[in-house]
Amino acid sequence: MPESNVFESSQSPTSRLPIIGPGHTYASINEKISAIVLQRGTTFGWLVGFGISFMIFMMMLGSISYLLYKGVGVWGINNRVGWGFDIINFVWWIGIGHAGTLISAILLLLHQKWRTSINRFAEAMTLFAVACAALFPVLHLGRPWYAYFLFPYPNTMGMYFPQFRSPLEWDVFAVSTYASVSLVFWYVGLIPDLATMRDRARSWFAKTVYGFFSLGWRGSARHWHRYESIYLILAGLSTPLVLSVHTIVSFDFAVSIIPGWHATFFPPYFVAGAIYAGFAMVLTLTIPVRWAYSLEDFITDKHLENMGLITLVTGNMVGYAYIMELFYGWYSANEYEQFMVHNRLFGPYWPLYVGLIVCNIIAPQFLWSKRIRRNTWWLFAISMFVSVGMWLERYVIIVVSLHRTFLPSGWGTYAGTFWDWTLYIGTMGFFLTLLFLFIRLLPMISMSEMQMLLPGATGVPEKGAARS
Amino acid sequence: MKPSNRPRYYGVLAEFESPAALVAAARATYEAGYRKYDAYSPFPIEELAEAMHDHKNPLSKIVFFAGLIGACLGFGMQVYANLVHYPMNIAGRPLYAWPMFIPITFECTVACAAFTGVLAMLALNGLPRPHHPLFNVPSFSQATQSRFFLCIESADPKFDLDAVHKFLEGLKPMEIHDVEND
Repeated sequence: MPESNVFESSQSPTSRLPIIGPGHTYASINEKISAIVLQRGTTFGWLVGFGISFMIFMMMLGSISYLLYKGVGVWGINNRVGWGFDIINFVWWIGIGHAGTLISAILLLLHQKWRTSINRFAEAMTLFAVACAALFPVLHLGRPWYAYFLFPYPNTMGMYFPQFRSPLEWDVFAVSTYASVSLVFWYVGLIPDLATMRDRARSWFAKTVYGFFSLGWRGSARHWHRYESIYLILAGLSTPLVLSVHTIVSFDFAVSIIPGWHATFFPPYFVAGAIYAGFAMVLTLTIPVRWAYSLEDFITDKHLENMGLITLVTGNMVGYAYIMELFYGWYSANEYEQFMVHNRLFGPYWPLYVGLIVCNIIAPQFLWSKRIRRNTWWLFAISMFVSVGMWLERYVIIVVSLHRTFLPSGWGTYAGTFWDWTLYIGTMGFFLTLLFLFIRLLPMISMSEMQMLLPGATGVPEKGAARS
Repeated sequence: MKPSNRPRYYGVLAEFESPAALVAAARATYEAGYRKYDAYSPFPIEELAEAMHDHKNPLSKIVFFAGLIGACLGFGMQVYANLVHYPMNIAGRPLYAWPMFIPITFECTVACAAFTGVLAMLALNGLPRPHHPLFNVPSFSQATQSRFFLCIESADPKFDLDAVHKFLEGLKPMEIHDVEND
């Protein structure tokens, strides 16, 4: 296989790094993954991590309570910049979620077997990130208790339907479909493993709960046949779905006429950015988890390297989009667009733009080096840079475009307030709290799929060739 | 069926060590003329469906038509809202602005197809079914872990306890269990 092939999935056991450690059997895979939940119990490290996350989560609830009490005036948004942290964070979180679907659906369709050990985790990350994302637009409504007005439903007002011609309404459908289909996809993937947990659990309570959610799965070949086909179909449905979600998110901007937003290349630019941010987040999370639970056999250096490569590729796509943004501004021959570019580079928010270039374009370039890609410390640091950079990107797109639009008399500035920051940081606590619970309660790596990676799992009397 | 009419045995279960052994056993079972039988494994085995001649799978058709229905409902809802229920003239723009209806139509298609597909998969598999006679065999808990099982069911017209025992023994399993109905 040539070095340049990002999605290498070689049959030859001698080439490149393995995607599963040596010496594993069907039983040892089950043993190792389920033991994290069933035997290991609640460890001190988990308690500390969960405790800190939970406290940050409580801060989020406090921030929301104050917001509901006082109204959105506690945020930094004003007449000029009506979309502040709330929309920045919404786009940031939902973008992070996209990597989970990419790993679970697109890489499945592309027969990338290395996705196996990280897909469950990444899908969980998707669900939790979408949960965080969905909070923001709903709270931004001002009266979130009327959020159901966004859905079509029979009512006494005679207005059964919302305005379907608005991209914000498309968002409602896109995000709710995405969240629910991702949840179903994740759950379907979990069913066989929940049955394994049911059969391995010793306590009556665990047996009952896992048994309830495993729906009585018994591994019948006729069931597997249908199961696998629906799993593939769901992957096929999720692939355009995930692209549509961020496309529609980008329509929130592109359909308007604000300089810097009104551009046809927004959908692919946003999708690439979403995958970029998402892979960075998967790296940020898997590196410590792999270390804490000694999962080097399953999440090998090969996985980290591949994720690093995807981060590099999508990072460069995003870099290309930044350059095109500048070019469009100039090429449009429109003074407002040109001013927007000038304002981005030299206006009051220029440090953010520089930060964005450093984090999103310069930082990932280190990933060209194989030594850096195989060094978890470097990978972790770069993924942190990317997460910050992607947040800055949304800040630049939203705030810098809005604060100085067409009429200079309407110009203003924007800054997040204490309540903006507590809500934003609080959602990270919410996200991590859910993630800690997930690690504690469910097998974080798909056992049945890992078993399929072993030689002989296809049922053909084998020649000994490992499926890698 | 009343309990008294139920056969005493659900079937006979043979336990194998490897996927290849299970596939060979499943193939032999089919060739011996048994039709009501099933194989159990902790993960899907590519060759098994082939060996068991299990080709029927209506799921893709179900998903396709569910998606089509979702698309029609989604598009129809928007057309109805904008043209019939509450037509709103905004600066003379056309009411039937179909390109603006596509995103929601697409989302409805995917949602309808995905949910119907999963529910159909569960329904066709007869799940949820928390209890099953096979769970009466203690070692069957290995079916979700690291062992491979084949069960010839008493519902098969050819089923005869002794003959099935003899046949399964010929397949060289690790163990054979009678599965009792309860």
